[in-house]
Amino acid sequence: MADDTGIRIDIRKRWNWREFFFQWEWLLVLIFLGVHVVNSFLSPYYLNLDTFISTPSTFLDKSFIVFPMMFVIVLGMIDISVGSIVALSAVIMAVSFNAGLPMPAAMLLCLAVATTAGMINGFLITKFKELSSVIVTLSTMIIYRGIAYIILGDQASGRFPEWYSFLGWGRLFGLPFVVVCFILCAVIFGLILHKTRFGRSVFGMGNNGLTCRYSGINTDRITFLVFMITGFMAGLTALFLTSRMGSTRPNVAQGYELEVIAMVVLGGVSTTGGVGRIAGPILAIFIIGFLGYGMGLANIQAPAVLVVIGLLLILSVLAMRVRFKIRKKSAAV
Amino acid sequence: MAARKFVLNENLRELGLLMFIIALSAGVQARNPVFLTVSNLTSLFTNTAILAILAVGMTLVLITRGIDLSIGATIAFAGMVSSLTVAAYPTISPALSLLQGTLIGAFIGSIIGLLVARFNVLPIIATLGLMNIVRGLTFMVSGGKWVSSYQMSTGFKAIATGKTLGLNNLVVIAILVYALAWYFMNHTRTGRRIYAVGSNPEAAAISGIPKKRLVFLAYALMGALAGLAGVLWVAKFASAQGDTAMGYELQVIAACILGGVSISGGVGRLSGLILGTVLLGILNNALPLINVSPFWQMGIQGITVLAAVLTNVMVKRNTDRNALRRRAI
Repeated sequence: MADDTGIRIDIRKRWNWREFFFQWEWLLVLIFLGVHVVNSFLSPYYLNLDTFISTPSTFLDKSFIVFPMMFVIVLGMIDISVGSIVALSAVIMAVSFNAGLPMPAAMLLCLAVATTAGMINGFLITKFKELSSVIVTLSTMIIYRGIAYIILGDQASGRFPEWYSFLGWGRLFGLPFVVVCFILCAVIFGLILHKTRFGRSVFGMGNNGLTCRYSGINTDRITFLVFMITGFMAGLTALFLTSRMGSTRPNVAQGYELEVIAMVVLGGVSTTGGVGRIAGPILAIFIIGFLGYGMGLANIQAPAVLVVIGLLLILSVLAMRVRFKIRKKSAAV
Repeated sequence: MAARKFVLNENLRELGLLMFIIALSAGVQARNPVFLTVSNLTSLFTNTAILAILAVGMTLVLITRGIDLSIGATIAFAGMVSSLTVAAYPTISPALSLLQGTLIGAFIGSIIGLLVARFNVLPIIATLGLMNIVRGLTFMVSGGKWVSSYQMSTGFKAIATGKTLGLNNLVVIAILVYALAWYFMNHTRTGRRIYAVGSNPEAAAISGIPKKRLVFLAYALMGALAGLAGVLWVAKFASAQGDTAMGYELQVIAACILGGVSISGGVGRLSGLILGTVLLGILNNALPLINVSPFWQMGIQGITVLAAVLTNVMVKRNTDRNALRRRAI
């Protein structure tokens, strides 16, 4: 599959207009602008600064999982248990708070539970290499949500202290707090992926895991860490989501895995592993987010949004394949 | 020789599963004597029939090294469209409804098959996408409303409640599906080739087996069975809703894994599948009988699946190690 993944090794190359303009990210920028043009036709009040500042806080909570999921997919794996991890950690936080644990401790517990869940995924995947990440995370997906149901049944739990709503609704430096955290995470994950040895190893493993192992990279440790981080970020999402909703129940975050994977794939990350840049998924987060917001403006129901996200996922995978074919052809010429 | 040893292993595995089922049944029976009564067993098998039908399709897909997460949505969509049709034309014959559902399912399955076989989209991505598209469409065609019992003709509901030869129709349909599948998977060239594609795609391609067509076929058949199951589901519960069978794909995959179908392709037998389905059916049926809260169901199922998957790996490792040791001497 090596010739199929469009690997580019970072040696300093001459600036090439074709290389520059045929980047996936430009297409995303175009779609992004297109979404805004359509949205501004839908509502005359759409185009003002406040829309751009406050709208993201309605969809950014799940985007925290997009970054680690990008790592997972670059590895050539997948994690479909993230929605369940969000539910489980949120439920445990709410229940332990209502059982008398102070809120800061409950929040730490939430993160700890989510990280542990991710570690269990990572452990199973690295210790049982015969099993694909699909089947491992599929079964943990059932188990984690199952535990959430065992704890809370069909109840909701909430009554959090006043200050906790700051996470979802508060502002810092004039920006919503979620947006600040999002920017911070984007910078950190971008640096890790593109500027550290860890990030390069992730790309290497996505292209050829065996070679990486033979070149002395501790592939098991990297896989384990990536899944652990995915769990941690799912816990972070749980914190923000619960704060925004004010309460939680075992069926929250259902279908998050699809949206997150759709964002990553739309962002130009190849599902066969080894390819992707951080800017793509970030653009994709805002495309899907503003798309959903616009469809809300146009009074289109949630089911239609499901259809659109599903279509986007499949179309972007198909478009990626066409793109690699073109690149291969132009490389041959 | 190797093939015979493999079959022996499979037999041992299924024997183990059977023992476990018997032990579980005995345990449940000790706690609640209602379990092993004719009426409860009838309801157990009626409730498990749809799961069993779906498991056949999923087995085909898993054998080709694929997975299908969209079937819950396909069930809902096929069920919704067929019940809307019945609500609009109450005189339509039940057989036509079944055919309609099956065709709708086959169409959705074909799209997935095309994406996976022709365009090399990963099965998990293709079916995750389709799952949401089809689920969204289900809500859209129904306008978010339910189709309830009074809107369905008695003939339509009789698909699931009626009896043929003293057996519930659902069970009869499941038996028919299994008979056909048994013949197809074991005694036709196409069926055997599906195994070949799953156990060694490269060798299969080199020996001239049309891999793409067979993978396509597996998904199309899965879709058709899911469509059929959709009509059965709606007729059984006498209500079609937007969120019908949400997440049911997980149960179906669980039944296959418990039945010894390998996720890495090429392995899976109907005899194991029946045991796996029955085990899951017993878990669903017996937990309420022994006063386990329904909220425990999901967790217990998940643990069972994980345990089954891990046991499979351990057993496989053990046999491989033994084979190596024998070769060393």
